[in-house]
Amino acid sequence: MGGRDTTLVLLDENGIRCDGRKVDEPRRIMIKAGGLKNADGSAYIEFGDNKILVGVFGPRDVHPKHMSNTDTGILRVRYHMEPFSVTERKNPAPSRREIEISKVIKEALEPAVMLEKFPRTAVDVFIEVLQADGGTRCAALSAASVALADAGIPMRDMVAACAAGKAADTIILDVNNEEDQAGQADMPIGYMPSLEKITLLQLDGILSPAEYKKCVETGIHGCKIVYELQKKALTDKYFGNGEK
Amino acid sequence: MENKRKYVIPGDVITTGPYRPEQNVILDGNKIISTTIGISEIFDDSIKVIPLTGKYIPKIDDLVIGKVISHTSLSWELDINSCYVGFLPAQDVFGRDFSAHADELTSKLKSGDLVAARIANFDRTRDPLVTIADRDLGKIDSGELVKISPSKVPRLIGKRGSMIQMIEIATGAAVTIGQNGWIVISAETPEGLLKAKKAIQMVDEKAHVANLTDQVKEMLESKGES
Repeated sequence: MGGRDTTLVLLDENGIRCDGRKVDEPRRIMIKAGGLKNADGSAYIEFGDNKILVGVFGPRDVHPKHMSNTDTGILRVRYHMEPFSVTERKNPAPSRREIEISKVIKEALEPAVMLEKFPRTAVDVFIEVLQADGGTRCAALSAASVALADAGIPMRDMVAACAAGKAADTIILDVNNEEDQAGQADMPIGYMPSLEKITLLQLDGILSPAEYKKCVETGIHGCKIVYELQKKALTDKYFGNGEK
Repeated sequence: MENKRKYVIPGDVITTGPYRPEQNVILDGNKIISTTIGISEIFDDSIKVIPLTGKYIPKIDDLVIGKVISHTSLSWELDINSCYVGFLPAQDVFGRDFSAHADELTSKLKSGDLVAARIANFDRTRDPLVTIADRDLGKIDSGELVKISPSKVPRLIGKRGSMIQMIEIATGAAVTIGQNGWIVISAETPEGLLKAKKAIQMVDEKAHVANLTDQVKEMLESKGES
């Protein structure tokens, strides 16, 4: 893993991708709700080789006080990559990219979280990327949404996220690190499945209008797969040994 | 739709149709959507979700157990296990002739003291106002504090207080339940105290199990024999 492989075949003649997946197949996904005792809510996700831990606090007092809003609560998100999450040590100080992803995830969660119920408070989401392999923002967003639900923060809907993209002139689901580096386009999508609304959409690369449409559809299909797993994670934690 | 209880997570469509949305549900078009993890209940024409997780949100007339964090010359601040601090004005304790010069607040309540209080007033714009001017309210002098998840308090009380009555009778302990999830147990014997504490923690862990009352009863009785 890591490093560019010039001889890499992104898609072979049988329609199999470089890591053995089919065109519309996501990576192996595992989500676990809870696990951290001291946080109000938490979640852990394994999205292929991505490993991400999320802790949520709140609603709680805002510090510094001047940040608080008397009309509504505020959401604060920190996305952080561990120094050991990538092959070359990453400086633990927040980078330009991390600040951007924090903002993007915050804005993707805001339509779902009903912050107006808690004026003058803050909800803090801490995302720690333990291991990164492409598509961490989607995995982090999916896990953050599970952690918020685990913390009991009222939400209009869950937010599920998955990327779609283009590699070897084909629209593919769930872009991994190699496909991201060598591929033609990468489009992370955040989606609220019950309300059928998109909360995050970014695009890095060039797509024709027809490809764009197909890419969004493929991404939403991926989000629905993720949503089922989010649902399972929460059901397992809260109703795991229940009868009714 | 039949009056059926369902496990729901945020975003789940509970049902469609002309129902009145109550706690923890929102109306989207004609769909009724849950906003939290919990158990949905349909009564005649209204729908609510009983949450299984989440912080305590103060409600007027709730009995809560608070801990004094600090005081100014006119009021105390109480930690009530919520996102807001409880505000206890000094007049409430000293009476109407309270004088900021003559009366020393620490003579009545010090930092760290536990107080049984009632939420007197609360709205979105201000911190909750609590009062201790009522029967059974005021400083708690003895007992052990147990903390459980506030969303499980209704389960601990049970239908018409059945669960808590059973625990009190079986252990001989007096239990004061704050709606904020803080509970004070006082018992004459240390065994009774430990047993009551264990029963309360059992309710906290197994709140979603259907025949919990029987399980707790079994636990209380089995310990009694040994």
